[in-house]
Amino acid sequence: MAAVIPDPLDHHHHHTPSGLMRWLTTTNHKDIGTMYLIFSFVMFLSGGVMALTIRAELFQPGLQVVQPEFFNQLTTMHGLVMVFGAIMPAFVGFANWQIPLMIGASDMAFARMNNWSFWLLPPAAILLLGSFFVPGGATAAGWTLYAPLSVQMGMGMDFAIFAIHIMGLSSIMGAINIVVTILNMRAPGMTMMKMPLFCWTWLITAYLLIAVMPVLAGAVTMILTDRHFGTSFFNAAGGGDPVMYQHIFWFFGHPEVYIMILPAFGIVSQIIPAFARKPLFGYASMVYATASIAILSFVVWAHHMFTTGMPATGQLFFMYATMLIAVPTGVKVFNWVATMWRGSLSFEPPMLWATGFIFVFTMGGFTGLICAIAPIDIQVQDTYYVVAHFHYVLVAGSLFALFAGAYYWLPKWTGHMPSERLGKLHFWCSLVFFNVTFFPMHFLGLAGMPRRIPDYALQFADFNALASVGAFGFGLSQLIFLAAVVKCVRGGKPAPAKPWDGAEGLEWTVPSPAPYHTFEDAPLVK
Amino acid sequence: MSRAIRLERQNRRLLWRLGVAAVAMFGFGFLLVPFYEKICEVTGINQLLRPEHAGVFNTQVDASRTVIVQFDANTHDLPWRFEPQTRSMRVHPGELVQVAYEVSNVRGEPVTGQAVPSYGPQLAGQFFRKMECFCFQQQTLDAGERRLMPVVFVVDPALPAEVHTVTLSYTFFEVEGRRQTSEAPPPKAGPRQRTS
Ligand code: HEM
Ligand SMILES: [Cu+2]
Repeated sequence: MAAVIPDPLDHHHHHTPSGLMRWLTTTNHKDIGTMYLIFSFVMFLSGGVMALTIRAELFQPGLQVVQPEFFNQLTTMHGLVMVFGAIMPAFVGFANWQIPLMIGASDMAFARMNNWSFWLLPPAAILLLGSFFVPGGATAAGWTLYAPLSVQMGMGMDFAIFAIHIMGLSSIMGAINIVVTILNMRAPGMTMMKMPLFCWTWLITAYLLIAVMPVLAGAVTMILTDRHFGTSFFNAAGGGDPVMYQHIFWFFGHPEVYIMILPAFGIVSQIIPAFARKPLFGYASMVYATASIAILSFVVWAHHMFTTGMPATGQLFFMYATMLIAVPTGVKVFNWVATMWRGSLSFEPPMLWATGFIFVFTMGGFTGLICAIAPIDIQVQDTYYVVAHFHYVLVAGSLFALFAGAYYWLPKWTGHMPSERLGKLHFWCSLVFFNVTFFPMHFLGLAGMPRRIPDYALQFADFNALASVGAFGFGLSQLIFLAAVVKCVRGGKPAPAKPWDGAEGLEWTVPSPAPYHTFEDAPLVK
Repeated sequence: MSRAIRLERQNRRLLWRLGVAAVAMFGFGFLLVPFYEKICEVTGINQLLRPEHAGVFNTQVDASRTVIVQFDANTHDLPWRFEPQTRSMRVHPGELVQVAYEVSNVRGEPVTGQAVPSYGPQLAGQFFRKMECFCFQQQTLDAGERRLMPVVFVVDPALPAEVHTVTLSYTFFEVEGRRQTSEAPPPKAGPRQRTS
């Protein structure tokens, strides 16, 4: 691959405002990517504080730390903040930084719109977090905002609805930008099937976002009009149906979980070949598997609703369709393992995280399959078993992949190698504490402990105490990441243009740190 | 620079298309509402809006036919006064009917009894569907207590055409061993069938 390396002094003849104005007005994909990443980390920490308050309350049976009303606000807001504030913007941050670098484009297709996409997020976050302080507190209807509860809540619910509208708009604008960038801005010679897998997974994710974020916006708009404008979409007394809300929500909700995992698949697919020093096994099958996961994700939503009184044929359909998704997911896992097979493996922090991802994410996939079996799900629905399932796929899946990607690309972003010692410490602490926190939840769920309840029966006490200890360990371990990143930004071993010897891709052809402007003249990919 | 302008134009076109797709999906969210209602209607699930589900009423009343139902009451060695409020009535098969029996305990201590129904003609029993009956449970009456006990039933429209009159007759038996206390277990083979 030949790339034109731009003049490193390039940014000197460019007049950027300084200080706050620079960040407010920037249209540079790297600046915007950085802002997304910082924003999502701040949200990750605030969601984490909520989670630790929840775990403090659940450390012992009985009510010690918070009142039940506030507990419900915490579980709801933890979910909303983590999904819409932490995980999704973090992936958009990666997309902003990496996609132009990976396909040899100088910037995103719509640089101004990119700036708006980001700057919509802080007001939305302020609305969302500020709703704790309005009369009646934040919304407490669960992150799924089920009617009829969401129709009855206080004004905190309206704040949440507007926050979701704004964040949804931001995601849609970001997604459109990514699709256009990938389809139209690739360097000459960068055909679709030569594109790095991270770009492929993001392309498909962006289509999912464009398809389902508007549906969520519609669902919360219906709640809003039911609350204030006399409609009865979900009000049975007025001829509506609260179960319909669940259908509309999960029509968005299931594709949403893939929105949060497909870019993670992309990151892991970049890292595994780099540290196995072998090309990715089954590149084309990875692309097709990603696409089929995305398509199938539209026909499985009602596996979240097995207990709503669906007819048996409906249950059977959604059960088999859900199990079908495990096939392309399995293809991916086997491809990663096959890539590692007989590779010259080395386990620097990015690879440690990626390997941890494969191992622990797959456990979450299996519990997903168990939940997909309708007769079993009727037992475990709304218990801690489901909580265990989705934290295995979202924390050990999406979040671990984000950390893997951060350690992998930090040299490119900062120009310094991240501390290997801190990275490894962060990984091992997180892995151990993650499992200490969430593994016992499987047993709690199977024994019948309901989720979203501040108190519990005495027989659940030991596992809950264990989970709470693990949660505080996990939370504190994330400060290691903060330390590692701050240290890496401040200084450290200078990173060469290609710090990982097995890494492939255009991003490694530009110097580290990546200059402010890259690929002003498109590189030629052979 | 023409390449840049062409690219710019291509990008804008794609932006509009994707934007329209997003707006269309917003509309699709609302379209799911009539779609959901249609599916429920076609598959017959969850029909909140159809009038027969608005209240309880029966479409299977055979108004062309009338059956006379007579009510009878007996006691067997029981110090109870037991009689129907209505002795006889005319009902349409399929119609939901409610009648009441009156019972009072004339002894100076609590007594537990169990009513056993029988039918005349015997054949009518399998077409006589009781929804609610005091004969489903044992009844304990305090000393001197008086009580009104309902029976809710439907005569099955499949009742053979030659049957014009049905007699429902109850006999109350005292439940042994329960004269003093109400803690003893119920009889093993209690006559609890609903339709016979
Ligand atoms: C093999 C793949 C998977 C299968 C078969 C699967 C299946 C399921 C099923 C059946 C449920 C409903 C459980 C219940 O509520 O009773 C569920 C819940 C959930 N899943 Fe998965 N899942 C899979 C992968 C994933 C992935 C990759 C993610 C996200 C990264 C995810 C996130 C969630 C979440 C967030 C919930 C809970 C939603 C809630 O009720 O709050 N799942 N999954
Ligand atoms: Cu799902």
